[in-house]
Amino acid sequence: MKLEELLIQKKKVIADKWFDAVVDTYPAETCKFIKSQKNPFSNPVGNTTQKGLTVLMDELLGEMDPDTINSFLDPIIRIRAIQDFTPSKAVSFLFSLKEIIKDQLKDKDFDDNTLIELNQFNKKIDSLALIGFDIYMKCREKIYHIKANEEKNRTFRAFERAGLIKEIPDNNAESQLV
Amino acid sequence: MSDLPKNSNELIEKIDYNPSKKGWMDVPVEIRKGMYCYASNPKSVEYIGLPNARPWNPLDDDWKLPVNWKEIVHNAFKERLDRFRSFKVFMDICVRCGACADKCHFFIGTGDPKNMPVLRAELLRSVYRNDFTTAGKIFGKVAGARELTMDVLKEWWYYFFQCTECRRCSVFCPYGIDTAEITIMAREIFNLLGLNIDWIATPTANCYRTGNHLGIQPHAFKEMIEFFVDDIEEKTGVVVEPSFNRKGADILFITPSGDVFADPGTYTAMGYLMLFHYLKEQGLNVTWSTYASEGGNFGFFTSHELMKRLNAKMYAEAKRLGVKWILGGECGHMWRVINQYMDTMNGPADFLEDPVSPITGTKFENAKSTKMVHISEFTADLIYHGKLKLDKSRNDNLKVTFHDSCNTSRGMGMFDEPRYIINNVCNHFYEMPKNTIREQTFCCGSGSGLNAGEDMELRMCGGLPRANAVKYVHEKFGVNMLACVCAIDRAALPPLMDYWVPGVGVTGITEMVANALIMPGEKERTVNLRDEPLPGMEE
Repeated sequence: MKLEELLIQKKKVIADKWFDAVVDTYPAETCKFIKSQKNPFSNPVGNTTQKGLTVLMDELLGEMDPDTINSFLDPIIRIRAIQDFTPSKAVSFLFSLKEIIKDQLKDKDFDDNTLIELNQFNKKIDSLALIGFDIYMKCREKIYHIKANEEKNRTFRAFERAGLIKEIPDNNAESQLV
Repeated sequence: MSDLPKNSNELIEKIDYNPSKKGWMDVPVEIRKGMYCYASNPKSVEYIGLPNARPWNPLDDDWKLPVNWKEIVHNAFKERLDRFRSFKVFMDICVRCGACADKCHFFIGTGDPKNMPVLRAELLRSVYRNDFTTAGKIFGKVAGARELTMDVLKEWWYYFFQCTECRRCSVFCPYGIDTAEITIMAREIFNLLGLNIDWIATPTANCYRTGNHLGIQPHAFKEMIEFFVDDIEEKTGVVVEPSFNRKGADILFITPSGDVFADPGTYTAMGYLMLFHYLKEQGLNVTWSTYASEGGNFGFFTSHELMKRLNAKMYAEAKRLGVKWILGGECGHMWRVINQYMDTMNGPADFLEDPVSPITGTKFENAKSTKMVHISEFTADLIYHGKLKLDKSRNDNLKVTFHDSCNTSRGMGMFDEPRYIINNVCNHFYEMPKNTIREQTFCCGSGSGLNAGEDMELRMCGGLPRANAVKYVHEKFGVNMLACVCAIDRAALPPLMDYWVPGVGVTGITEMVANALIMPGEKERTVNLRDEPLPGMEE
């Protein structure tokens, strides 16, 4: 059987284990909550992660459409980018999929072809990880951007409101040099 | 985000991504950048007469505490247990059923178990058991007790400034334990050691000195409102004429200073001005005050005494001006202070009259004791009696959802008035899911003095559940405007939307009212208060 067919058969199991691996990066008490609370509004972390991983699994086994990957990977990483994770820890879950898949394959599943296919599949996971890294940086930059803007708005706007800033007028008449 | 590892070896050694399996008492606190606010400025601490004013840094080992700090904490704890019966009860009755555990926006957003309200309270309770209960004294850790150490104090400080006192958890507690009150007590104790954060200490000192959080002096406050007057004239052709500190006015209007100085609150402030002008002919006689120029009260996040001191100016100014009653603007914790504390702290305000709308004759029975009416109650009543001429279609560019502020919802029980107004001034209103609104509303994540710039990661984590619900209505119905009745919301929600749900703006309700309001003598309105073209007026 071809590797992809095998993975399609086991898709649900793999996606579930992948979800568990992500959730296990949180402390035990939090894991319990994330896994058990099914209401998406009471548990945005769990819901976003589970929904996202299922779609990402489909993409890995399908088209690898960049837009779909971005729109489902972004919300997962957006959360992890502000939580108590180092950058490596925040995106590590993408690599953990390799182990999960390896564990799902039995000796009898392996032949020369499977190894080649597995290698190719792992390359897809690597691409996903690289996209993940881009998203992570984008989120961090956004946070710095928001912080910088807050500071700027507070100080500049305060000066502006106090009438301490004289902007160049719209018609620019004042600055016309004869 | 945590700090980067210092070298690659450290990275490899830490390759085990599984978190610690130790019990919570054995996991030491790690104060993380982005999750805490800067320490209080000593000048501000000194100005309001609080002890141990000195520069200090939460990241330093030495917090420069008085040598007898343990004694200070113990005595302060004891004093509060005696003084506040509720605090004593909350320390004793929790059975750790866990009903509150997953209700906190900070727990949901950070995933940190010490942000479960039960565990956050346990940080304090463990020391309570050790110091004040026999079982705790004898059995120690087995009875859930532990000694107060510097690490414990740091843990308290870190987590009690990761609570916005929003009280969502208390809605679900079968015993009605108010975790906010536990946080309030912890913060009072911090202030006795000089451990406030600057985002609270400086606004408090400013408010005490100049009357508002930003330290704006009376002339600047007046100039800013006059600037709005010009802006309103430009957009509507109507010249509104506000008055300041006017004796003989019937009503004193007080709003948070954020409405006067920070966008998008400024548009709400323009809305108040337009509404008051509109009603002038019908008999509204209202004045602003440059002395009581702040509705918010960061003293509430410091101590009961400071809250009382800052709140006192409302009644003092009402008395000085001789008004009949007070009308309050769109604010959050200002209303909590008014509804829960003002009457008993600084009342009875028997020199004021029971509030009656001069336009509709409605008697605001709910405000009988505080003598202070919320602008949304006032406006909803006007609309109900057909006193406002409104063109809803001017807000047709908006698909609106409403964020209940924690304080106006759980702190004063106002749910329907803002919704009634929204439905009367715009055509597209969509509710967020049930378990995220009304008494179950999720906090903006930046309340109780946490809306600083340096703790942005904390704010984004805390605001995740709220943003997640907004994202749902944004994707499902195309919602592009998040309405609210709180100045901190108006400051905190725009960056929250920017990070989680780009494309959703933030507005006060009165801004929407003013855009829809057909003013007598107005010119053809082509733009809204934000200078954006009205629907149908786009070029």
